[in-house]
Amino acid sequence: MADLRSNFVGIKSPNPFWLASAPPTDKAYNVVRAYEAGWGGVVWKTLGEDPPIANVSSRYGAVSYNNQQIAGLSNIELITDRPLQVNLDEIKQVKRDWPDRALVVSLMVPCEEDNWARILKRVEETEADGVELNFGCPHGMSERGMGAAVGQVPEYIEMVARWAKKHTRMPVVVKLTPNVTNILTPARAAKAGGADAVSLINTINSITQVDLDIMAPEPVVNGKGAHGGYCGPAVKPIALCMVGDISRDAECAGLPISGIGGVETWRDAAEFIALGSGPVQICTAAMHHGFRIVEDMIDGLSNWMDQKEYATINAWRGAAVPNYVNWGDLDMNYEIVARIDQDLCIKCGLCHIACEDTSHQAISRAQENGGQYEVIDEECVGCNLCMHVCPVVDCITMEQVQNGKPYTVWADDPRNPDNMKAAE
Amino acid sequence: MTDRAEIKAGRLAPAEYERNFVDVKPSLTPTAALVEASRCHFCYDAPCVAACPTGIDIPQFIAKISTNNVRGAAIEILKENIFGGACARVCPTEVLCEEVCVRMDQEAQPVQIGRLQRYATDFMMTEGGQPFKRGEPTKSKVAIVGAGPAGLSCAHRLSTLGHDVVVFDARSKAGGLNEYGIAAYKMPDNFAQKELAFILDIGGIELRTGQTLGRDVSLAELQEKYDAVFIAVGLGAARNLAVEGGDLKGVLPAVDYISDLRQSTNYQTLPVADKIVVVGGGNTAIDIAAQSKCLGAEHVTIAYRRGPDEMSATQHEQQFAQTNGVVIRHWVTPHEVIGKDGNVAAIELERTQLDENGNAVGTGEYERLDADIIFAAMGQVMMADALATRDDGILAMIEGRISVDETMQTSVAGIYAGGDCVKSGQDLTVQSVQDGKIAAASIDKFLRQ
Ligand SMILES: Cc1cc2nc3c(=O)[nH]c(=O)nc-3n(C[C@H](O)[C@H](O)[C@H](O)COP(=O)(O)OP(=O)(O)OC[C@H]3O[C@@H](n4cnc5c(N)ncnc54)[C@H](O)[C@@H]3O)c2cc1C
Ligand SMILES: Cc1cc2nc3c(=O)[nH]c(=O)nc-3n(C[C@H](O)[C@H](O)[C@H](O)COP(=O)(O)O)c2cc1C
Ligand code: SF4
Repeated sequence: MADLRSNFVGIKSPNPFWLASAPPTDKAYNVVRAYEAGWGGVVWKTLGEDPPIANVSSRYGAVSYNNQQIAGLSNIELITDRPLQVNLDEIKQVKRDWPDRALVVSLMVPCEEDNWARILKRVEETEADGVELNFGCPHGMSERGMGAAVGQVPEYIEMVARWAKKHTRMPVVVKLTPNVTNILTPARAAKAGGADAVSLINTINSITQVDLDIMAPEPVVNGKGAHGGYCGPAVKPIALCMVGDISRDAECAGLPISGIGGVETWRDAAEFIALGSGPVQICTAAMHHGFRIVEDMIDGLSNWMDQKEYATINAWRGAAVPNYVNWGDLDMNYEIVARIDQDLCIKCGLCHIACEDTSHQAISRAQENGGQYEVIDEECVGCNLCMHVCPVVDCITMEQVQNGKPYTVWADDPRNPDNMKAAE
Repeated sequence: MTDRAEIKAGRLAPAEYERNFVDVKPSLTPTAALVEASRCHFCYDAPCVAACPTGIDIPQFIAKISTNNVRGAAIEILKENIFGGACARVCPTEVLCEEVCVRMDQEAQPVQIGRLQRYATDFMMTEGGQPFKRGEPTKSKVAIVGAGPAGLSCAHRLSTLGHDVVVFDARSKAGGLNEYGIAAYKMPDNFAQKELAFILDIGGIELRTGQTLGRDVSLAELQEKYDAVFIAVGLGAARNLAVEGGDLKGVLPAVDYISDLRQSTNYQTLPVADKIVVVGGGNTAIDIAAQSKCLGAEHVTIAYRRGPDEMSATQHEQQFAQTNGVVIRHWVTPHEVIGKDGNVAAIELERTQLDENGNAVGTGEYERLDADIIFAAMGQVMMADALATRDDGILAMIEGRISVDETMQTSVAGIYAGGDCVKSGQDLTVQSVQDGKIAAASIDKFLRQ
């Protein structure tokens, strides 16, 4: 059995699956149920100053796609709506009852040193394992100068991170907003401010759909809608890219990361970890299916690691980072062509029409014997669109053409205009 | 059976046998499994779990198939039902898990749970590996009589709990009805023996075949030498056709013929009659009828004394037999078997109807069906004669089976029983597996007292 234990900036957990700060971690009741189900850790729903905020209803909009009820979820919920002391008392009790699980407390208060100093002191008394500074919430709180309003200004991130480090001995994680043009700017600022780690992503500005009868964006609150924060499976590619960007950045080198965004299965989590993430945080998938999804996450990851003969997570953490390069570092001489397995082909014609209408007219269709589809090697550019549209697993594969040419990047490619000039 | 012209082997071309005995429900391809798994809603407190006698966490194993954690899915199944592979093939899912699938309400088309279960368990069988470990040795030794699903499920569980087990079985091969009874097209390719090897692979289970309780070994002796005993002998002799002529040559117990068929390595050499009448309404009746057709019998009729809803064979199974060319006659009961030259020639049936108490009674109208062979498939009875205990008392019985409480304990302390030889639920493989599991837990508790 593979060892799934995780140690993230000194915060230990039996597995790398944590619940992200959100409704699933809103109170002791949920958190205890999560621990009972097997979750390795939680980041408690973001605490703020009293009096607590008030929420509206409804709060969610969802994108359904191909029978998936929630391919993406948008919310307009704010931070905790319960009094600070109630949360703190519960946190203290839960940490005492579950010492082996990670318990990190998410925080958001106005951008003044005193406010941060005060709340950090009170959180410290709970003996929680660490704090996460919520600089990410993109709706509501940002209109009040908090959340993403801080996360979008690198100077503020650095400043608040520094205050936090100054006023507490607990590890400080900065949670980043993806609503920026370059994720490296806030990540570097967090590092400069002395943060122990970053976590990302928080939710993305979004309107999931427009109600065409009411003529308002969803979720609709009495005829009006505000933009929400997007999360769930649909955001995973964006989150992966941002995590990868930070992992390979020389300036951020050594900065621990907790990946968040669209994780639903052990495989999603493994992808984040392969791009350098520590414990992976999950919200929407738990909200969709309940806490029991962690069973498959634990057992699926462990079975996969056994199969790959990885004894610990550190044995492969970040293993994909060196292979995440810029376009200019790719091999211009690498050639592949599509191969259709005629025995598996169900003759749906999707590969043909995709290539014919929108790509390189490289899949022919024979009129006789029910229409056989064949790749025209000379026309195939190896874009692999056909492989993605094919509904049959392993029916279309990409085969390498052994052209004997060496690995050549664009800078050295003879087709590069700079090289043409040099050759003249 | 071969001394008559109407009864002969080799009625079909070799390719026809092959086609007729091919796996009725082959494994899903990976793509089909993913598509089917995606139909599961991952219900909370799912009705399918409650409908499975062994309580497999069905949504969880299907979710694991979805994430391609197929090994995890298999373990999820096997940890509740070590015969998950057999059950995937033989369970009448249409009256168990699939009947209550929420998709039935939504679109009258359940998630194909049985086939997904087969996909996951087949993966484990082909990939290999032993997911279960023997428990810390306890030094206790348990005797189990009967190496069918009940006995082996109990043995496996006891081994995981650290007890040593010796399993006695009268037959030369272990597996019980998985090996000798289930229809050939439900379990082809020697699956029963492959599964048996997987189950025994955990270790700590010694198999002693050719050992009949009451002949080679006595219950008193087992009580003496072992710390606990589990009896899982199934049902014994087939019920006789108790009408005039019921003892004629050519009136045969269906289970005996099925057993020969299951042990045959070449169906072409199996003699089969031209005209067959099967008396009964359960699995056995359906199986002998359908398999006779598969072997090339010309006319096969099932005679059952009540209507289609009262048959213990499910609608699905009845349809399966009918699709294979079997005629099912409801509301008729055997009146007399008519012989010619000492052999069966026909059966006289009396029509039946329900009286005011709901009993099927004869109407006085008769009809005659020609028959070369008549198969008795009206159930089997427990053979109680082997059950003398150390104190020479016979175990308490109820309705012809061993009486047990909800922990599977018999009237004698330290002796437990389960499977078909008790009345715990329906006589199904899956119920026997559950009985074995419950008995193992009770025995473990008893031994640790
Ligand atoms: C023809 C037929 C078809 C069936 N089809 C299905 C089906 O499709 N699906 C389904 O779910 N169920 C089916 N069943 C029912 C299912 O096979 C049984 O419910 C199940 O096998 C019972 O398991 P068991 O372990 O109690 O008994 P068995 O499987 O009968 O095993 C009992 C074992 O005890 C041994 N034994 C008996 N007496 C002694 C003795 N005195 N000493 C030592 N050993 C002894 C026997 O040799 C045998 O190995 C079918 C049954 C029959 C007869
Ligand atoms: C309803 C809801 C409320 C959330 N509230 C918070 C919050 O209070 N603090 C916070 O840091 N993130 C909050 N988030 C963001 C999540 O923690 C997480 O970063 C995001 O949902 C992406 O992960 P996912 O795709 O697994 O859902 C919230 C998300 C949702 C859906
Ligand atoms: S999930 Fe449904 S029932 Fe529960 S609070 Fe929200 S709207 Fe109400």
